[in-house]
Amino acid sequence: MNIAVTPPVDKPGSNQRPAMYYYDHFDRDFVQERVAEFRNQVERRLSGALSEDEFRPHRLMNGLYLQLHAYMLRVAVPYGTVSSDQMRQLALIADKWDKGYGHFTTRQNIQFNWPQLKDVPDILQALADVEMHAIQTSGNCIRNVTADHFAGAAADELEDPRPTAELIRQWSTNHPEYTYLPRKFKLALTGSTADRAAVMLHDIGLRIVKNPEGDIGYTVIVGGGLGRTPMVGKLVKDFLPRADLLAYLAAILSVYNRYGRRDNKYKARIKILVHETGLEAFKAEVEAEYAAMDRSGTNADPAELARIAAYFASPVFETVDAGDLEVHKAAHPDFARFVDTNVAPHKANGYAIVTASIKPYGGVPGDVTSAQMRLLAAVADQYSCREMRISHEQNVIFPHVKQSDLFALWQMLKTDDLATANAGLITDIIACPGMDYCALATARSIPIAQEISKLFANEERQKLIGKLGIKISGCINACGHHHIAAIGILGLEKSGKESYQITLGGDPTFSASIGERLGPGLDAEEVPHVIDSLVNIYLQQRQGDELFIDTYRRVGQAPFKPALEREVEDGSDI
Amino acid sequence: MAKFKHPQILTCSDLITGDVMFMQEGDWNRDHRRAKVAHTEEEAAALLARGLADFAKNRVIDVYLVDIAISADGHPEPIHYREKIRTLGPTMRLDLGKQAEATFAGDI
Ligand code: SF4
Repeated sequence: MNIAVTPPVDKPGSNQRPAMYYYDHFDRDFVQERVAEFRNQVERRLSGALSEDEFRPHRLMNGLYLQLHAYMLRVAVPYGTVSSDQMRQLALIADKWDKGYGHFTTRQNIQFNWPQLKDVPDILQALADVEMHAIQTSGNCIRNVTADHFAGAAADELEDPRPTAELIRQWSTNHPEYTYLPRKFKLALTGSTADRAAVMLHDIGLRIVKNPEGDIGYTVIVGGGLGRTPMVGKLVKDFLPRADLLAYLAAILSVYNRYGRRDNKYKARIKILVHETGLEAFKAEVEAEYAAMDRSGTNADPAELARIAAYFASPVFETVDAGDLEVHKAAHPDFARFVDTNVAPHKANGYAIVTASIKPYGGVPGDVTSAQMRLLAAVADQYSCREMRISHEQNVIFPHVKQSDLFALWQMLKTDDLATANAGLITDIIACPGMDYCALATARSIPIAQEISKLFANEERQKLIGKLGIKISGCINACGHHHIAAIGILGLEKSGKESYQITLGGDPTFSASIGERLGPGLDAEEVPHVIDSLVNIYLQQRQGDELFIDTYRRVGQAPFKPALEREVEDGSDI
Repeated sequence: MAKFKHPQILTCSDLITGDVMFMQEGDWNRDHRRAKVAHTEEEAAALLARGLADFAKNRVIDVYLVDIAISADGHPEPIHYREKIRTLGPTMRLDLGKQAEATFAGDI
């Protein structure tokens, strides 16, 4: 998307507005045109002028799927950044046109599960009114670019990845060459030394780095992905100068467009191309394409990236101390636990990053009611520069909170069950919608997550176990990221019944690995007990404060096998 | 077409609302328990033809046959868990979907 230069309404960094991208007239016109276009398409569909075969590609391009019980609308939340005003509008949509709730996805988006086709144009208009849309949340195009949910706030960050993510979003939106790729295409970015965006598991993962000369650029990873054939991405470029980013991405996409398998949808992702071509040959193709192309015509003007970056200028941080934080922690052990688990270090002294857990014990991972959305918006208004992030872990992040406000913020979150002290712990389970909603599912995932969550609800035990990721997918498409969980659960069908495969040893970070299958599938009711046994074995095996993945890599799978065998023997917890 | 093994009913999604529907004697109905049951392959083919005609008329989408068994109280019930869930609503949100509606709670 080309953009004309219009300055932000308020001065960046002024704290009067959230530090995020704002539409200029070009964006506004484009989104508005798409709403009008879809309204017309829906009218023609309802009048019978368009058949389903003709209409289906249009509805998918606007994020509208048909699911098990109803239509589903997937709304893009670019790199997970959402303002309090936008969150309130999502609440309004949930109340007015849906059933009072929404679902945060593992791609930092939000889904509404019950919209009616006749209402969708109005919903899209309501989204456009707050600079949101559902474009490119489906189809074989470049999907919502995801980024570290602590972007612009993390203490371990070299650079906020969101300006780059926004540049890529603008460049790739409605790009004619990338509207009909061989298959969907996902990018993720991080600007930190820790990977919270799973960049190794995307079609293209970008890591913002500094070279020995002190220049900022990107490490480019290509060919990662989950689904039917999970693969860890391969290093394609150690250091790509910042100015060359779009040309290099274009070179990768050209090679993919030319050689990607369009004949077989199961082999159409770029990971298969990289794998089948071989890394060195693939790199050579990309480099040849890159050398031959008109780079200056593709790369963004540095002034344009600077203009975009200005939107994301840090809020003005005050010089503050932690106030009575320690006093409150001492007086309220549950608050102290919340601070221990859900609060992360901020780049500014006296500030913190807070995770509001959308994983209450026994709840549906990622589901928020409209009332909770409004509460989240109110908290952001009051304590976090009117801004939030949706994490791919299906939680909501407040990026800029004064430490002295943590107690008041926690009290607010508690009023509607948003303060569960479990971020990163075993009950912070990622789960896709599974067969309770999804038409592609082979089994349910949400009820499995709920049972495990209830089983491990004891907070002392969770603390003892420490950080441990459980992720659940309702089919091989792996939207629940089960392949990269310490303990992954995949729901399948076996002889007309739901059956669950356990994988161990997945890792979503820079040291990425794909989990390995533990053994035969389990019945749904066996799963929580087997997870409990696996955790007990981990606790017996771990040395010091080793994470599950480190213990697993040290001892291998064999010591964990008895979790399945013992379950078969007596059918109960060990 | 897959081999005919069980009695079948015909389902679809309503074009406008997306709601799950089942073909009964005269027209589509939201309640699978009222659905017309095909006991032979020929009856199933006839049901499907009616459904596809409505698809062609742009009234419904996603038309397909569902294997059922007749329950103790004489109603058709899908055999496969996917289709069972589809007749009711999300299994962990009993306040949503057809299962939440008073008309579906009692006898038909
Ligand atoms: S993993 Fe499968 S069941 Fe889960 S949301 Fe994705 S497609 Fe649906």
